[in-house]
Amino acid sequence: MSRTDWEVVIGLEVHTQLNTQSKIFSGASIAFGAEPNAQACAVDIALPGVLPVLNKGAVERAIRFGLAVGATIAPKSIFARKNYFYPDLPKGYQISQYELPVVVGGQIPLLVPDGKGGTYEKTVNLTRAHLEEDAGKSLHEDFHGMTGIDLNRAGTPLLEIVSEPEMRSSAEAVAYAKALHALVRWIDICDGNMQEGSFRCDANVSVRPRGQAEFGTRREIKNLNSFRFLQQAIDFEVQWQIDLIEDGGKVQQATVLFDPDSGETRAMRSKEDAHDYRYFPDPDLLPLVIDNAWIERVKGELPELPAALSGRFQGEYGLSAYDATTLTASREVAQFYLDTVAAAGTANAKTCANWVMGDLAARLNKAELDITASPLSAAQLAGLVARIADNTISNAIAKKVFDALWNKEGDSADAIIDAQGLKQVTDTGAIEAIIDEVLAANPKSVEEFRAGKEKAFNALVGQCMKASEGKANPAQVNELLKKKLG
Amino acid sequence: MIDSSLKDIAAALRDRKVSAVELATESLARIDAGNPKINAFVTVDRDGALAAARAADERLAAGNGGPLTGIPLAHKDVFCTEGVLTTCGSKMLSNFVSPYDAHVVSLLKAAGTVMVGKANMDEFAMGSSNENSHFGPTRNPWNTDKVPGGSSGGSAAAVAARMVPIATGTDTGGSIRQPAALCGITGIKPTYGRVSRYGMIAYASSLDQGGAFGRSADDCAVLLSAMAGHDPRDSTSLEQGPEDFGRECTPAKAQPLAGLRIGLPKEFFAEGMSDDVRAAVDAAIAEYRKLGATIVEVSLPNTRLAIPAYYVIAPAEASSNLSRFDGVRYGHRAAEYGDLNDMYCKSRAQGFGGEVQRRILVGTYVLSHGYYDAYYIKAQKLRRLIANDFAAAFTQCDVIAGPVSPSVAFGIGEKSDDPVQMYLSDIYTIAVNLAGLPALSHPAGFGTGGLPVGLQLIGNYFGEARLLGTAHQFQQATDWHRQTPAGF
Repeated sequence: MSRTDWEVVIGLEVHTQLNTQSKIFSGASIAFGAEPNAQACAVDIALPGVLPVLNKGAVERAIRFGLAVGATIAPKSIFARKNYFYPDLPKGYQISQYELPVVVGGQIPLLVPDGKGGTYEKTVNLTRAHLEEDAGKSLHEDFHGMTGIDLNRAGTPLLEIVSEPEMRSSAEAVAYAKALHALVRWIDICDGNMQEGSFRCDANVSVRPRGQAEFGTRREIKNLNSFRFLQQAIDFEVQWQIDLIEDGGKVQQATVLFDPDSGETRAMRSKEDAHDYRYFPDPDLLPLVIDNAWIERVKGELPELPAALSGRFQGEYGLSAYDATTLTASREVAQFYLDTVAAAGTANAKTCANWVMGDLAARLNKAELDITASPLSAAQLAGLVARIADNTISNAIAKKVFDALWNKEGDSADAIIDAQGLKQVTDTGAIEAIIDEVLAANPKSVEEFRAGKEKAFNALVGQCMKASEGKANPAQVNELLKKKLG
Repeated sequence: MIDSSLKDIAAALRDRKVSAVELATESLARIDAGNPKINAFVTVDRDGALAAARAADERLAAGNGGPLTGIPLAHKDVFCTEGVLTTCGSKMLSNFVSPYDAHVVSLLKAAGTVMVGKANMDEFAMGSSNENSHFGPTRNPWNTDKVPGGSSGGSAAAVAARMVPIATGTDTGGSIRQPAALCGITGIKPTYGRVSRYGMIAYASSLDQGGAFGRSADDCAVLLSAMAGHDPRDSTSLEQGPEDFGRECTPAKAQPLAGLRIGLPKEFFAEGMSDDVRAAVDAAIAEYRKLGATIVEVSLPNTRLAIPAYYVIAPAEASSNLSRFDGVRYGHRAAEYGDLNDMYCKSRAQGFGGEVQRRILVGTYVLSHGYYDAYYIKAQKLRRLIANDFAAAFTQCDVIAGPVSPSVAFGIGEKSDDPVQMYLSDIYTIAVNLAGLPALSHPAGFGTGGLPVGLQLIGNYFGEARLLGTAHQFQQATDWHRQTPAGF
């Protein structure tokens, strides 16, 4: 069998850390980076007799997510105990949601790169999203054969978002993860910091002969904390499963880990030694009841969502689907773009888009800066766009002005144009004088043009632009040169 | 003085006829004299008691005393007490000094009570005889060869032996009412959610409820009023403000209970009760009739299902609640072990006694994949049926009366080899916990061997004041609750 006979099936479980002030069942802070165990209170370390109290802020963020993906917010959901022993799980159970989660269903629309420079649209359905607490961390280094336990992270609120097994390639899985990552940041429920573990993916991967209705046996790759690792891990895993089956083997259900150094996945535990978690409703917590009034209030506070804004960019500003999606990748980019258009005028929306996605994005990327830290403000960029639109400067000069603004050589495009004398020359007399000089200095080109060589004309235009230091209006140069040579 | 009613002691303190330090000293002296015989205390906090008593005296001198200021008391060792050993009757916590106070403890501290010590109990509140304590069994003051009941046996014995006038306890399946009955004192378990469980070491969270021991209903009312109230740290705590549970403990008059309908569940009186208990219960009911109550027969048809339902739900919750005792952060850790799993196994096998291990195993089993529906879900359905039985009965009566325990206190060691026999002794009390209702036990006479018999009164939700008021009228007409065991 060749590779093309196999269909890949991927479902993702994403743990997003909710950006509340305090933990999901205690008042301790969840700020990252504190001294080990400095942010673990009596509840977090599970002293005898302590009890959990649900943080409303975590619930509110779950509702926000549910609304943003068009899901059903369960009017009543249940917290359950997932029982297992581990030193960084202080209670010996994790409080999670099992049979009745807070968010049911929902959809994530994606634009997936097709590998040929284009994109295609896809919608991934969500199974559910549920609230749970994070465990602490076991630190195996630095303790001379012993293990250190840091419970700062224990009790951090998580929303686990589970997709249907609807992705058919690592590219789709990455596009989904990126869209989800953008969305949770957009609606401000998660800081999205993947290095700090605020957004972690588990990928369930299986393969089946194309056309087969039932799924193959899946293996779950745990704890992928970058999009690149997600892609690499899935690609490796898929090939491993195909090779195994083609060699006559059978995939066994298992949990696997991805090793970024080797680029390989390896089994952590098989189905046989899978835990029996003995889930049951947590008797310390009442059912979570969410009434319509609460949902309506959260709905009222929700920002315009990326899909709606993207539609608006296409409808009102005439942007392409690709541009609109790119500009709604994050709320900060979209806001910068909106601010730029507001100052430059809707008529210049397309030019604004080109600058935000083009030069600005490239410079920010190179400087490893977030758009919120851009040295160039939206108002400054709008000022630049306005001068292009009214022919004060050409596109070539605009790039110079952009650089000058980036380097803070002036407060505004106008100031820089003035100070550096970059104003486009549109005075017919002045341009004619330059043309006369150029014609006099290049008799050979003139001769060639007259002999019918069109290329010679372009060379003369170039000479004129050079002589004007790029400031002459190119359209006028063309027109006047034609007349003179005519 | 400790033998007096709480109100008399409070009046004497207020009038400075006795000081809190004198009371504490008297209490400590009684413990010194009596505890070697009955082992009611795991910890006696002499210094803490005297310091609290001095503070209470200052408060009383300034005229800022309340009804409990300067009153010595014992806390069941299930309640966390800051800076004081909190063992839960277990080797697992034999070295655990709590860094915080349970909600109940801080409320009673604020009320000015003087804690003299921590009362012995069945390990993790699992038991009906106090024989399951790592610190040795508590003995019944009426006959030290007999059990005091459990799991709050230390609290009940300490009050019965007049070491303290009042004590706290917890009741998951009868752990206040049964020892109160067996020790001849009064004990009340309120409606589930009345008393915060914060800092009360969990056995079975959906059943556990703190409550009060005293000699009389009137004394229990004073203590319970100070213990109850909403606590935002306990999500199952009822959203109700402070309440005076003694408001129906009114002075004696003719026919004080006229209009009160007392229901007798026919299932409680069918079989299983020993003759001496039946005689005392019948006599107490006759007394209630004399006080003006109307006696009606009611039915709780699912009573026989209470024990099987309880012994699924309680161990299931316990198996999970006790997972935190893993030897990692506090409590007992095996001295020698191999890998992590070995550390868990050895620490828990050494730290937990037999009954606790039995319930953890049962609970783990009933929650396991493939058994959950057949046991846990089924038990929850039975729980609903049992609650429905009570709801139906309370359409016909205001209070339900019956026995607490099928027999008077049994001998130490008599049932310890037969856990099922031990479980069956909770037949009259367990259904109340499954339904979450308030209930009390008050002394109702004596049976074989001169051992006390208790009468149980079960109320509808939030009916504590009615229950206490009813028992109070009985106690004004009788003196069973004033009897003191010889030698104490």
